[in-house]
Amino acid sequence: MAVLEQRQKQIFTTGSAGPFEMECSKPSLAGSVSQRACVFCGSRVVLYPIADAVHLVHGPIGCAAYTWDIRGALSSGPELHRLSFSTDLQELDVISGAEKKLYAALVELIDRYQPKAAFVYSTCIIGIIGDDVEAVCKKVSLEKGIPVLPVDSEGFKGTKKDGYRAACGALFKLTGQKALENISKYSINIMGEFNVAGESWIIRSYYEKMGVQVVSCLTGDARIEEIQRSHGAALNVVQCSGSMVYLAKMFEEHYGTPYLRVAYFGIEDVSEALYSVARFFKEPELMKRTQKLVREEIEAIYPKLQEYKKKLTGKKAAVYVGGAFKAFALVRALRLIGMKVVMVGSQTGNKDDYKQLQSMCDEGTVIVDDTNPLELSEFLKDKEVDLLIGGVKERPLAYKMGIGFCDHNHERKIPLAGFSGMLNFAEEIYSSVHSPVWKLVSRRRSLTENEGIEAGA
Amino acid sequence: MLLRHTPKEIKEREALTVNPAKTCQPIGAMYAALGIHNCLPQSHGSQGCCAYHRSTLTRHYKEPVMAATSSFTEGSSVFGGQANLLEAIGNIFTIYKPDVIAVHTTCLSETIGDDIPQIVAKAKEEGKIPDGKYVIHCNTPSYVGSHVTGFANMTRGMVNYFSEKTGVGKNQINVIPGWVEPADMREIKRLAKELGIKIVLFPDTSDVLDTPQTGKYRMFPKGGVTIPELKSTGDSKATVALGALASGPAAEALDSKCKVKCHILDLPIGLQATDNFINTLRIAAGVNVPDSITEERGRMVDIITDMQQYFYHKKVALVGDPDQLISLTQFLTELDMKPISIVTGTSGKAFEARIRKILKDTVPDVNVRAGGDMFLLHQWIKNEPVDLIIGNTYCKYIAKDEDIPFVRFGFPIEDRIGHSIFPTVGYQGGMRLLEKILDVFMDRQDRDATDTTIELQM
Repeated sequence: MAVLEQRQKQIFTTGSAGPFEMECSKPSLAGSVSQRACVFCGSRVVLYPIADAVHLVHGPIGCAAYTWDIRGALSSGPELHRLSFSTDLQELDVISGAEKKLYAALVELIDRYQPKAAFVYSTCIIGIIGDDVEAVCKKVSLEKGIPVLPVDSEGFKGTKKDGYRAACGALFKLTGQKALENISKYSINIMGEFNVAGESWIIRSYYEKMGVQVVSCLTGDARIEEIQRSHGAALNVVQCSGSMVYLAKMFEEHYGTPYLRVAYFGIEDVSEALYSVARFFKEPELMKRTQKLVREEIEAIYPKLQEYKKKLTGKKAAVYVGGAFKAFALVRALRLIGMKVVMVGSQTGNKDDYKQLQSMCDEGTVIVDDTNPLELSEFLKDKEVDLLIGGVKERPLAYKMGIGFCDHNHERKIPLAGFSGMLNFAEEIYSSVHSPVWKLVSRRRSLTENEGIEAGA
Repeated sequence: MLLRHTPKEIKEREALTVNPAKTCQPIGAMYAALGIHNCLPQSHGSQGCCAYHRSTLTRHYKEPVMAATSSFTEGSSVFGGQANLLEAIGNIFTIYKPDVIAVHTTCLSETIGDDIPQIVAKAKEEGKIPDGKYVIHCNTPSYVGSHVTGFANMTRGMVNYFSEKTGVGKNQINVIPGWVEPADMREIKRLAKELGIKIVLFPDTSDVLDTPQTGKYRMFPKGGVTIPELKSTGDSKATVALGALASGPAAEALDSKCKVKCHILDLPIGLQATDNFINTLRIAAGVNVPDSITEERGRMVDIITDMQQYFYHKKVALVGDPDQLISLTQFLTELDMKPISIVTGTSGKAFEARIRKILKDTVPDVNVRAGGDMFLLHQWIKNEPVDLIIGNTYCKYIAKDEDIPFVRFGFPIEDRIGHSIFPTVGYQGGMRLLEKILDVFMDRQDRDATDTTIELQM
């Protein structure tokens, strides 16, 4: 198939000859229809779920408009995060600098909403016009008595991952600020869980049933005060390696807090996540409660899951997601329901991630870094895929080709994490793969003929 | 109460925008460029811009949206984006093979000061642009104007690059539709056909962003105005530009470049604006209006007649883009409704003046703001409640919190379908708007009726 020459080192088929060395973590080729975003996007998605802070986007209007409430990160209390705040820079601001405007906007915002903290996101242009955002933040912080945190997220200064790092830097500045009363020795911070469709609530409930105290969740349904005492937790449990592992490492360095990397997606991964936390605390009763929890949860979903497996066995899936860690979990979960993963890729995976993917996947699986729609559509066609898992830009592509789809990104509407999430996931996939609409699609009709869809059959 | 954070008391804000009623120029340029056949829009800036625009357009249209990016890095921010754009042009023509690359700038590349025509000339020199292929551009700094101006700039770019006057006149009319939906563009073409007039519609996103499900993915769908058509616009008899803000600049450019007389009209939304559009087309082409169109109009008037009691003096809050709001305000006035609060995010005093003029007899104390935001609109609604909100998807929060009937109209609409399939322009479009407005009023009446007062006939 047609692949840009320079892209050949970012595509690999397992089982093919030659050593496997993915050339990744590099900027997209100019002129490619990349599915990737920017530094700002990375920072924005990580910090956005903090519901009692204001999030001010410093730049022209677009960056604030496009990120206004785009991720279904739910809050059990305040909803400040779902509003869109911008300095809406104009030509004159760009010429003469926008520090005064930023100051005025921050003061207005803080006076109006009385938030517990403010985040100020620098967009591309701020890096060029040279506003001293940090100085403005410091000044407002002193005047208003709340943390005002600059987030260096100029879009061009790297990839989405650099945005995660900038967000982690801002979060870390909040830690160590509040007293550590009433924190159990069996306590954790949940990191890299953003409460999309209420998933953090499910995960939190598991830990609570195990007898583990959750000091903070970063950043799903988060509150500033919890983050300020998060250094009191005994352990950091990090999901979504791409976004939050930086923060976990900072905790380790500064507070000596160890961390575990987990995923909450799929029975194997979520069970292992809970067990690894239980093992860490070396408390027999806690382990017993965990075993009981896992057993009960699995018993509750297993029979139904087997039914889906029967109907999905042998169906072929392609996965294209942001972070590689999510890809691992998806490969395992799809296997659990009988599906075969024939293509897997990510926007931001690193060399080790791709090596791990290679070792997990069956022979003949295409592994790809930072793909584009043309490539993707070719893979989907060549591999005769039944289902694509991806994000907003991939959905219509799959549908146009007559292929089932599952959004595992911002736009998932039902929780897919945890045990109950696994069942939701299986049901969503089943409903899409077996939708009768595919029988109306001419390209796929020949593929499904043996299922008896011909007129009069 | 999602918007519990909105206080009733209004304080003028100097520096802060809350819940914007606009977005930035480049997305408009991208949308316009998608209305050229076999064209790949090229976003000259960071990757995120392109990703955000594509995502937003995808959410609105539920269609694959193709555009490439110059993928700026720290290096490009220091040394300029020339190398990126040259590489992009080469790569795009090699692998994606469009007929046209339509470059738009971003706040980043504008501030750095990249000179696009100079870079394109260099690409040509280096043999990166194959014969018969084109690279066009427009400047769309995000800190000027709004998404609507971006659309206008790219549309004007089409004229700048393509329109030619051969001296041999063509019996055709140019129609610039403004930022409307694919369905609207389709409807404008149908009306012209019904009138027996050959038109060149540009841009034209029908059959690009409303494509049928075929089981195949086509990077460049069959729709869009073609290059020969765009070139021929210089020989047309006249140009009819719909919407002063979105279409005016291209029409004026065509007038000064090729001396094609232009008529800048309001978007044909509602009865009077559609009458005006049909009449202008008729005169420009020298044809008669067929009975079929007169009858369509008659059906629309019939609905208004039948349902007048439901429209009478209903108060409305409107938010959207200037061209749309002007026509909509006019239309609502025709229906005896009262638009009392009107906000657009796009700046420009002409808008406020025009709205006040339309409403001078019916709503002399209208709240109107160009360069406002949805927060302001919400505050106005809190102070002066309305019976109906018309605006994009983001209005749903206000509608829910204040418990007000809501009709989705404008950009973006991310939570319903229909906007890209059914027109709101022309008489057919007017009838659809009437149906939508009546539906929400009557659903509300039914919902609020008691078991005793619920009525069967309405």
